[in-house]
Amino acid sequence: MSLLTTLSLAWRALWRSWVRSLLTMLGIVFGIGAVIAMVASGQGAQQSVREVFQSLGTNVLIITNGAGPSFGASGGAGSRQSLTWTDLSRLSSGEISSIRWVAPVLQTRTQISSEESNWNTSVLGSTADWFRIRNWTAERGVVFDEDTGRSTAKIAILGQTVVKQLFPSSDPIGQTVRIQGQPYEVVGVLTSKGQGPMGDNDDTVIIPVGTHRQKLEKGVANYIRGQILVSMTSDELAESTMAAITANLRDWHKLADADEDDFRIRNPAEFAKAQQQSTERIATLLALVAAVSLFVGGIGVMNIMLVSVIERTREIGIRMAVGARPGDVMTQFLVESMSLALLGGVLGLALGALAAKYMAGYFGWKMFFPATTAAVAFLVSGGVGVVFGLYPAIRASRLDPITALRYES
Amino acid sequence: MALVEMRGIERTYKMGDNVVAALRGVDLTIEAGTSVAVMGTSGSGKSTLMNVMGCLDQPTAGSYHLQGRDVSRLSRAELAEVRGKMIGFVFQSFNLLSRTSALENVELPLIYQGIPARERHRRALAAIEQVGLGGRADHHPSQLSGGQQQRVAIARALVGDAPIIMADEPTGNLDTRTAHEVMGILRGLVGQGKTVILVTHEADIAAHASRVVTLRDGLIIDDRQQTPVVVEVAA
Repeated sequence: MSLLTTLSLAWRALWRSWVRSLLTMLGIVFGIGAVIAMVASGQGAQQSVREVFQSLGTNVLIITNGAGPSFGASGGAGSRQSLTWTDLSRLSSGEISSIRWVAPVLQTRTQISSEESNWNTSVLGSTADWFRIRNWTAERGVVFDEDTGRSTAKIAILGQTVVKQLFPSSDPIGQTVRIQGQPYEVVGVLTSKGQGPMGDNDDTVIIPVGTHRQKLEKGVANYIRGQILVSMTSDELAESTMAAITANLRDWHKLADADEDDFRIRNPAEFAKAQQQSTERIATLLALVAAVSLFVGGIGVMNIMLVSVIERTREIGIRMAVGARPGDVMTQFLVESMSLALLGGVLGLALGALAAKYMAGYFGWKMFFPATTAAVAFLVSGGVGVVFGLYPAIRASRLDPITALRYES
Repeated sequence: MALVEMRGIERTYKMGDNVVAALRGVDLTIEAGTSVAVMGTSGSGKSTLMNVMGCLDQPTAGSYHLQGRDVSRLSRAELAEVRGKMIGFVFQSFNLLSRTSALENVELPLIYQGIPARERHRRALAAIEQVGLGGRADHHPSQLSGGQQQRVAIARALVGDAPIIMADEPTGNLDTRTAHEVMGILRGLVGQGKTVILVTHEADIAAHASRVVTLRDGLIIDDRQQTPVVVEVAA
């Protein structure tokens, strides 16, 4: 019996009772769907962790102003002005050996314009080290050096998205952009970093930190109204570096032992890891769902195939009478259960892809469709069909043609 | 060499602690191109004899040579192949696959002989023509009358070019007129060189055969030649 004939026989038998076939498939559909969703979410989460590293640079700590009490109510992180420019220069002094670079980050969201267009973006004030920490270079022009970074020069470096908006048709280098009415000369354009966990990395403008303090904050207060980025020589030193910074800042801020920290230090790598762990938990749960669904789905296939063998006893008898060997009958039922399971697998792939898409949207990951896993899942569903279809198929093949022919349904 | 050669065929069944002998030593030789009616009352062993002769069952003892080949000790798969090549069955209850067209029903034996689809199709159509059902090839059994269904079954028995047509009460579910039409077709096959073995308890059906073998209690008690009745040509 040719493969094609066997397949068409199986499909027709399944199609004949399509509602039943569909219901039987459900377990496998959900099983395979869960597998796909699991792997897709795992990859999405890993990718988002990678993006965190990529956009922030590796081995980075972020120091922010702490939550200040204002008449008993906590104002939330950053509400208190506590980090000073003196803190910044002391941190840069090399006193803590695991600190490599330190950069202040002042951030203002504002309207900027060129001759051609205008755009609302985030304007960062920082220094030369910021580019090193974020491992970001100029595609055209230059980034800040030690001097220009600290100066009050009215120069700006643009991200790719800003370039696209403000200079759609011309080279921005040497041209002027206006930030809150003030003209700045564009000295550099950054390479593209694309989408990050915090949105479009390229939608930004960087100006010298001195300029930011003078022009955008209109004053040169002692406090840093922003963050300090610290890069470490090694990721393994994160704990000790954080402890050292904490001790120093508490000392410099003259905090008593009973006082809470008036600053916060965050380790984005830790955050990313925590996120990864939580997705791993989801993945474990999905794996469990997948295993249980596939097993129950397999039992469902077996059950329906057993029913089918009984219902079609007479058909089996007829086939045997006209020359079907036990092997032919077994193959027919095996191919049928396998087709049922494979079809369930395909629907499961579709369901999994949908779930992956939904999760990607919900968690802000990139959508992944794990092709290798899909192929494996497809084979697994076929395997479920064969394994659970084996017993009914063997029962069908062992039927005695005489008894089967006499069977009254 | 005779087509069917049975020597000392016994077939016993175990029913709980009892051993029931359905056939108790049957010797039967059938030459190719003849028609034989196997008669007997219910329980005489005629169905068992048909099952053994049709290779649906194996004898407990004795030898059975079909076209010279010993088929009394074969595996189930080998028996299936012998059935496919040597025997076309026609049953009392037609035994067609429902929700399957006449054409596909007739194609069925060819599927298991590994014959390609195009060839299957061609041969099945020819067999359907031969039983006078041309134009109804795409009908399902439920759309056909009893006589027509039995003709489809005969076409199925013919399509594999098996030398033996084994008909088990082929007219049991048909009215008299249709029964004679069906018998007419079967007799026509004998004229074309087929060997037709009829299993029946009706004397007027057995009258269509040129030889009548009668069984009782698992033994042949009568075996005689006769002149088949004249078939009236249906108007």
